[in-house]
Amino acid sequence: MSVPHALLALLSEGPKYGLRLRQEFEVRTGEVWSLNVGQVYTTLQRLERDGLVESDETDGDGQQKRYRITEAGSGELAHWLRTPPDTELPPRDELIIKVLVSLRLPGVDLHEILQVHRRHFVEAMQHCTHIKSKAADDDIELALVADAELFRLDAVVRWLDAADARLKRRPLPEPGVAEAAPRATRKSTVWA
Amino acid sequence: MTAVIELRGVTKVYGEGASEVHALDHVDLTVLSGELVAVMGPSGSGKSTLLTIAGSLEDPSEGSVLIDGLALAEMSRNDRARMRRRSIGYVFQDFNLLAGLTACENVTLPLELDGTSSKAARVLGLEALAALGVAEHAARFPDELSGGERQRVAIARALVGERHVLLADEPTGALDSANGEAVMRLLRKAMERGVAGIIVTHDARLASWADRVVFLRDGRVVDQTAAPVGPESLLVPEPTT
Repeated sequence: MSVPHALLALLSEGPKYGLRLRQEFEVRTGEVWSLNVGQVYTTLQRLERDGLVESDETDGDGQQKRYRITEAGSGELAHWLRTPPDTELPPRDELIIKVLVSLRLPGVDLHEILQVHRRHFVEAMQHCTHIKSKAADDDIELALVADAELFRLDAVVRWLDAADARLKRRPLPEPGVAEAAPRATRKSTVWA
Repeated sequence: MTAVIELRGVTKVYGEGASEVHALDHVDLTVLSGELVAVMGPSGSGKSTLLTIAGSLEDPSEGSVLIDGLALAEMSRNDRARMRRRSIGYVFQDFNLLAGLTACENVTLPLELDGTSSKAARVLGLEALAALGVAEHAARFPDELSGGERQRVAIARALVGERHVLLADEPTGALDSANGEAVMRLLRKAMERGVAGIIVTHDARLASWADRVVFLRDGRVVDQTAAPVGPESLLVPEPTT
């Protein structure tokens, strides 16, 4: 979540005061991300230091300053909008690690472990769908955020289903018997 | 809330001896009026068998099925057929509309088979199509409708007249994401009128529209979710700069 870039995007519509930026940020992101005033001003100060925004020259504590985007800020915004987030390295996913270490744990029913997580993720999806179904038809921001969350959770459930099916087809390894060395064909994978 | 669909200790065995397969193994499931229950499970888990037994298209090997408190096993063949026509509606992935009949005729067919006059059936058919937002397509044939429109007609047929038991097998499987969501919104709206529904699916996004999700594995109910409750927000943690 890039708060600095989101603020640049709001300022690209015209100069704004800090408090208004905070309100607009929340409304424009489906009111699912809250932002405190301190974060807004700290971020604006950093953006100003980097020459991406500039403010009115006023006295006082800075709370009433009006900010506008600079040419460099517009360039940075355009670059950010077109740069896909870093997806190259898979994250160090706790669930995947949990399932991998469970494979050889004695007395652990892996299907049950998978089901506990499947239920949890499906319940989270029910929660999202419930909110989406109750939202006003024109609340496009909320619908977009809910969809993103639903697709993300759905991907986890699909992985659990695939893992379950894979384990059913192939008997589980004997408990406690670890392989002596990595398989020759298996590339060493270093995850972030 | 009253129980509309009840499966009590339902077991279904196909084959005999060495080739015996337990499609369902002592399944208990109750669906209340106004409740939508999704049954999730991999292929071969018994989902479709559960649906056909709940809809009285097949008999259980053991256990009983009650619709509106009446045990199917104790009904005569004719009474069961009448109950199927009057109370139970099916929705399938591939719509199953009759190509030679208009949308309205497809919807009114079960009523007319049950002895309702053509005129009265047409009134009820148009009402059902209007509730699904497709009344203007009443005179069109299925091949003149889009996938989303066809599924709405199929749901109208499933809920026409007094029908209040909805059994659906992957009802959004052939639809894109937007049409699938529109169909689920309409199904949820139907539940508000007191319909009891079971949807079988392997799609968690579809299942998430249900009040409760039941997980089936090797013919057994292994788990279920609670109804969605709690704060009406998506609760995303505060971002950090």
